[in-house]
Amino acid sequence: MFNLERWQEIFEAIRKNKLRTFLTGLSVASGIFILVILLGIGQGMQNGVQQQFESDATNRISVWTNVTSVEYKGLNPGRRIEMDNRDYDLAVNKNEDNIEYKSGVYSRWGQLTTFKKESGSYRVEGVHGDYQFLENETLVVGRYINQGDVNNYEKHAVIGNQVYLDLFKGKDALGEYIDVAGIKFKVVGVYSDPGGEREETRIFIPISTAQRVYNAGDKLRSLAFTLEKHDSYEDALAASEAFSAQLEADLKTKHTIAPTDDRAVNVNNSLENAKKFYDLNKMIRWFFWGVGICTIIAGVVGVSNIMLIIVKERTKEIGIRKAIGAEPWSIIGMILHESIFVTAIAGFIGLIFSLFLLQIVGPFIEMDYIKNPSVDFSVAITTVIILVIAGAIAGFFPAYRAANIKPIEALRDE
Amino acid sequence: MIEIKNLHKSYHMGKNSLHVLKGINFTVSEGEMVSIMGSSGSGKSTLLNILGILDEADEGTYTLDGTLIKNLNERVAARYRNKFLGFIFQSFNLINYKSALDNVAMPLYYQGVKRNIRVEKAMHYLEKVGLADWATHLPNELSGGQKQRVAIARALASDPKVLLADEPTGALDTKTSYEVMELIQGINDEGKTILIVTHEDDIAHMTKRIVNLKDGLIIDDSIVTQVRAKTNNYV
Repeated sequence: MFNLERWQEIFEAIRKNKLRTFLTGLSVASGIFILVILLGIGQGMQNGVQQQFESDATNRISVWTNVTSVEYKGLNPGRRIEMDNRDYDLAVNKNEDNIEYKSGVYSRWGQLTTFKKESGSYRVEGVHGDYQFLENETLVVGRYINQGDVNNYEKHAVIGNQVYLDLFKGKDALGEYIDVAGIKFKVVGVYSDPGGEREETRIFIPISTAQRVYNAGDKLRSLAFTLEKHDSYEDALAASEAFSAQLEADLKTKHTIAPTDDRAVNVNNSLENAKKFYDLNKMIRWFFWGVGICTIIAGVVGVSNIMLIIVKERTKEIGIRKAIGAEPWSIIGMILHESIFVTAIAGFIGLIFSLFLLQIVGPFIEMDYIKNPSVDFSVAITTVIILVIAGAIAGFFPAYRAANIKPIEALRDE
Repeated sequence: MIEIKNLHKSYHMGKNSLHVLKGINFTVSEGEMVSIMGSSGSGKSTLLNILGILDEADEGTYTLDGTLIKNLNERVAARYRNKFLGFIFQSFNLINYKSALDNVAMPLYYQGVKRNIRVEKAMHYLEKVGLADWATHLPNELSGGQKQRVAIARALASDPKVLLADEPTGALDTKTSYEVMELIQGINDEGKTILIVTHEDDIAHMTKRIVNLKDGLIIDDSIVTQVRAKTNNYV
């Protein structure tokens, strides 16, 4: 390996056979390039999917109502169903031991909100204190809505990070009063949400306050729950499905809705969606690994092929070298040394190019299902090493055979 | 220098076997210049390949400079070839991507000689064959005669005991052939043992002894008066 004479011999061979070297290098470099880009996109898709569903608690169960679609007990279809506090209390009381977090929601879209000269239009949601966890939110500063706020009809507001940036431009917001549709609210906290900007342009106020200021009586737009943790995913899913079904049935009975009506009451169980996401993520990972492994195999086959051709092409040269005194191992060493050198250099060039591309372009890719494609550096290095070793092994056999044919046979080769 | 006794060699091609050498006895002492003649199929190339340790006999003994050549593995065979023998081929067999100088230096590379000494020695032999000015040229930039001179310089580079030439003038015209033979005669004059396989009479008579092969046996082995290949001698 550190034999200077050998290196000189190899560099000479490489310099004098530029096309051969270039083609070997190209196939290796492009193989690595494609592989790394593929793995990067796979990672990007996983990131994207993960983000899509991290925006809310993974085991959240949401309930909202709509108009009826089926005639029932003499009542016409098209009747609007509205939930109220009693529905919420019923669900909570019935499942007290099961429920982890719970909240009713009364929301209004497009509420003009101003602070001094800045203003914006945001969604306002009246919620209970647990809603922070149901939305998977973290507080940047201050606190969330609490039970005291709800009990005392406090005009307190927790604003999203985007709202904060829009209205306060980075200045201290705690304790300031914002004007929401003509009513002053005191900012008690700023939150951030993994769902990003869309989820951060909201203002949360106590549910009781919301019902009062919007003249909604005790109406609720939706309910949200999470259940206590279970040991296994299957248990969690079963409990969650049972809860959903029970809740749907109770609401239908209470509001006189046909059991067959699938529009009036909607229960969305995130855990079922989570399962789909988990499966999708698994599929994506499997798919890209499959493609990646196939790419490596194709690369190895390509390298082997080239090695075979190189050895074939050099049979006569090998014969000459043997006739003037080259030992078989020096022939094998020469061929492998050259091929490992070329594949390694080309592999790293492909690696550097692809990593460079991912690094430069990756952060700008912000589509719904692909986010920040990137690749684990050690995985990339490993693939290069695998390819080099595989190339060496693939090259070894033809080299070994060529080194052991009799010099006269090699010399006859035209 | 070379001593072979009762040498047999057969080639097997599928079920057919071809008995090429049928018991050759033959001795060459140091400083001799011998030509091996015979029609094609007489076994002369096979004999030369065995002498060159490129091939191995089935039966009989071969002693080269006091060393018995038998059942050698490729490694030892390669070392012996490098140490004892220099080859000159009909088709020159130069490595086409290496310069004349690097081709000549190759046997020295396999002897483990340092690069600067290698270049120095190779240059010396290129001068000897009159091609010092062509040192950096690639083989395809040289004429046939020049290529063969480079091959001769290469064969000499490792300072072998014996030079083996397989139809060295086979691919050359008469004028160039005689120039090459003149060079080879000069090398023999300096004391090097040389064996030449040829089927050309005039070339054979430029050596000092002619061995005639027919159907795998030596039918004639006689000392001849050497014809000098001086350039003014040919018609």
